[in-house]
Amino acid sequence: MGRAATITRRTLLIGSVAVAGGVAIGYWRYRTPYPNPLADNLPDGATALTPYVRIDQAGITIIAPRAEMGQGVHTTLAALVAEELDVALDDVSVEHGPASKAYFNAAMFEEGIPRPSTDEGWLARNMRAFSRVPAKFLGMQITGGSSSTPDGFIKMRKAGAAARQMLLAAAAARLDVEVSRLRTDSGAVVAPDETRIPYTDLAAAAADFNPPRDPELKPRSRWRLLGKSLPRVDAVAKSTGTAEYAIDVRLPGMRYAAARMNPKLGGALKSFDASTAEAMPGVERIVPLEGGVAVVATNTWYAVKAADAIRFDWGDAPYPKSTDEMLANIEASFNEEHRDSRFRNDGDIDTALIEADVVEAEYRVPFLAHATMEPMNATALLENGRLDVWVGTQGPTLVQDAAVRITGLEPENVHVHTPFMGGGFGRRAETDIAEQAIEIARAMAGTPVKLTWTREEDMTHDVYRPAAIARFRGAIADGLPSAFDLELATLSVFESQMGRIGMSMPGPDVSIVQAAWDQPYAIPNYRVTGYRTPVMLPVGSWRSVGASQNGFFHECIMDELALAAGVDPIEMRLRLIEHGPSRKVVEAVAEMSDWGAELPAGHGRGIAFVLSFGVPVAEVIEVAATANGLRLVNAWAAVDVGTALDPGIIESQVQSGINFGLAAAIMGEIEVRDGQVQQDNFHAYDAIRINQAPPISVRILENGARIRGIGEPGLPPAAPALGNAIYAATGRRIRELPFAKHVRFT
Amino acid sequence: MQIKINGKAHDVTVEPDMPLLWFLRDELGMTGPKFGCGIAMCGACTVLIDGQPMRSCSLPVSAVRGAVTTIEGLGTPDAMHAVQQAWVEHQVAQCGYCQSGQIMSAAALIERTADPTDADIDRAMAGNLCRCGTYPRIRAAIKTAAARLREA
Repeated sequence: MGRAATITRRTLLIGSVAVAGGVAIGYWRYRTPYPNPLADNLPDGATALTPYVRIDQAGITIIAPRAEMGQGVHTTLAALVAEELDVALDDVSVEHGPASKAYFNAAMFEEGIPRPSTDEGWLARNMRAFSRVPAKFLGMQITGGSSSTPDGFIKMRKAGAAARQMLLAAAAARLDVEVSRLRTDSGAVVAPDETRIPYTDLAAAAADFNPPRDPELKPRSRWRLLGKSLPRVDAVAKSTGTAEYAIDVRLPGMRYAAARMNPKLGGALKSFDASTAEAMPGVERIVPLEGGVAVVATNTWYAVKAADAIRFDWGDAPYPKSTDEMLANIEASFNEEHRDSRFRNDGDIDTALIEADVVEAEYRVPFLAHATMEPMNATALLENGRLDVWVGTQGPTLVQDAAVRITGLEPENVHVHTPFMGGGFGRRAETDIAEQAIEIARAMAGTPVKLTWTREEDMTHDVYRPAAIARFRGAIADGLPSAFDLELATLSVFESQMGRIGMSMPGPDVSIVQAAWDQPYAIPNYRVTGYRTPVMLPVGSWRSVGASQNGFFHECIMDELALAAGVDPIEMRLRLIEHGPSRKVVEAVAEMSDWGAELPAGHGRGIAFVLSFGVPVAEVIEVAATANGLRLVNAWAAVDVGTALDPGIIESQVQSGINFGLAAAIMGEIEVRDGQVQQDNFHAYDAIRINQAPPISVRILENGARIRGIGEPGLPPAAPALGNAIYAATGRRIRELPFAKHVRFT
Repeated sequence: MQIKINGKAHDVTVEPDMPLLWFLRDELGMTGPKFGCGIAMCGACTVLIDGQPMRSCSLPVSAVRGAVTTIEGLGTPDAMHAVQQAWVEHQVAQCGYCQSGQIMSAAALIERTADPTDADIDRAMAGNLCRCGTYPRIRAAIKTAAARLREA
């Protein structure tokens, strides 16, 4: 049978059969799968049984189409396929694969619905199902929102199971026996006489069989890989300097570029004088970019030095000149005109606050940079009507869309290569660096050029975590919070992001109140209101997004209320939380930390609980006041991911989230003066170091109703647990981050 | 002039102020050492010069005195150094970008301190930033590697 016919059959994608729900109009189209992207550019002798499994004579490759930026997703996604395909993880290669709408993320938008993640009722479940419809039509291949695991949990196992059944069918035809008399074992079909036929010998024939629409999945009791701590597929490469990041791409004849953009973000480039730069060693070309220029040279260092020698006349920033003015704008947003959402309004808050002993507080957090260890970089080559882009991206299809817009090429002539990423944290959901590399490639057609931002360009041209202010009024009755009125004002991350891709945002931005409105506390009068400050500095998704600030606000306030009520903060939470999995993480962290035990003099502990991305997390942090300042002594965390696919990776992600959260809480602050971001490298915007990082114990629970991702949820409780510990140790209630502005750390 | 890198001499024909990092990466194609900050604040570019950990991003090629060892010269996937083996055993790497530098600093530490204490580890490793926060496993892996070398 010819290739054309087999490709038609291969296009029956497994990925979408598991999608529940749907809508009446366009349902057929919704159920129609995207074509298998592996069918294009398939090497001779290779077969792509599903979009996630490619087999050739050399071996089996599993496509893990999500950004591997540290969270171990290539290992876990590959394990999902390998479990059902019946292959050992050691025996397969794992690749990110091409940019394709077939790899759209169905779970990405589930947390955007205005129902709490603890709500498993009919309405909430339907809203989540409907959120998958635009996800499908947008076809956005995106990594974020801790959604890779929930998105892949069923569809990637189905892809493995479907491929296995096709291989079994091919073996049955070859041997002329019933499929039921065959079994599989570690990458081979085993015949009744125990003869082993490797998958690699069957793949070409297997492609002639239709993939089953809804293959059965193994019960958990028969899992061999899932549920265990597996060796990461990238561990050896990342321990030997052989893992390839975008910044490591090497191509014949490649040139190296540095960019210099207006330090006033979004401001124009009025004019520049590059006469000195042009004559400097190694310099080959000066390429104008929007709002800046790139220098192309034979070495990145030559490009950077030449960029330093260019004189620029920059236009002004399209936003207020200083952080103080921006904070004043946020302060001025607490009014009806700027009201964005009020998803929670239980009881009668106004009445409850009359004649009560009102507890009041105002909290604030600053802008933050992502500061991924690998600075932004991208390589592009435009040649003979084909564009290749190598870029660490959380959104390959967004890069493809941008490339089509810039070059006018058809999408099939744009090839996005997605290597390992030296951190992402939301920064790599942006396409700015790829767009610049593509502009340079247009000017240098036929020559591959790698553009690398200096750390200074990277840190001063970020899309920042927005500064935010919280105002609170509450009351206590009978030893428990009886009224909780939280008002949150900040810039809208989604409005800023949508604006960058030329779209407007209908409706409220859930991230403004994320992890504040949807917490599982039963407080009788409970209101959470979001106010949207007009976008000033460009803002973006920063690991855990709105939960990164709202967890801090909400949980320090809970500590203040416990103090006002004269009740232990863990006991108070247990009296207010009904949601079973949430109660259990609080109980677990109390047990792990031996909460209530007598501490050495000068030590203090804080607890925080935050439910974000569907994951309840409770953390306890212990600090000690020493002569040299505060020292982080210990940390404990209990998390509930519903189903734990890889405990080792989950543990590392929780530790990572805590350290990322602590770094920001202690020392993270981006300031703007005269329109320019002031912190431009690690000397001014540092992060936690090994000598400051505490030991972190992690316990993983599985009581939740659905499987969840863990890249982000460990982060939000870290700052409030630390803030509450500082209060316990010192008696100082610090309501503004970073803490180091107010108290010394060792 | 010439620089000896991983046992092999390389002619240096670039400008004398070019940092060693950019000579290694863009001229020689040795991409194990990483660019992180350019000001010796993050340690991603760490290489050994006569066994001493140095930040190659801030060291001009003309100032290199001694034999350079990069992560490529420390060990390979088929023949890993004890520190690299411990890194794999403890599953340290997350994004992995800083780990070349972490491993070079750790290798230098256990070369001179056979049984490093937590305070030794803090002193030797505080210059190596990890945004993924892999520090608990880095600490454990260093102790494992040191113990193995002591037994060897």
